[in-house]
Amino acid sequence: MTKSELIARLAELNPSLYHRDLEQLVNTVFDTITEALENGDRVELRGFGAFSLRERKARVGRNPRTGEAVSVDAKTIPFFKMGKGMRERLNK
Amino acid sequence: MLTFHMNKTLTRSDLANAVHEQIGLSYNESAQLVSSVLEEISLCLETGDQVKLSSFGTFSVSSKNARVGRNPKTGVEATITPRRVLSFRPSNLMKKRVNGG
Repeated sequence: MTKSELIARLAELNPSLYHRDLEQLVNTVFDTITEALENGDRVELRGFGAFSLRERKARVGRNPRTGEAVSVDAKTIPFFKMGKGMRERLNK
Repeated sequence: MLTFHMNKTLTRSDLANAVHEQIGLSYNESAQLVSSVLEEISLCLETGDQVKLSSFGTFSVSSKNARVGRNPKTGVEATITPRRVLSFRPSNLMKKRVNGG
């Protein structure tokens, strides 16, 4: 499913709402999560999962083609851990 | 300049508030729509399909085979049953944004 398919599905379920409002709904939900992570915050959605940040240390990597050593800077990556409800739903 | 920022945890109600403010629907309707977004994504993942949200990331379900694990506390071996897990791959845009790009 893509974002536009998700919006189409929500439109089916909510015939009284404008399509552009549903588009903005989906964008607002995911932009708000991204902004929270950008600010260093966590986002915890009970039954679904939690988004947080993980730090990765600087390391010496290797160009897989040439075998040449390259330094990789420390970075922060977004991390998602599925929630208990989701784990149960996927393993019924 | 560094400003003090107290890290916090956002929940569904923060998302509902954002929707309420941005779209002008009532708080209750916004909260219900936020749940509906997560529910439709969950239903799709339950079928084993992946969910691709451009500029955010991709959720995908993968199957893990049974394997022998060990209780890290007691050292006792135990079989880990086969299971399905959900993983999230952030988009390049999101990866850039959390690195201040």
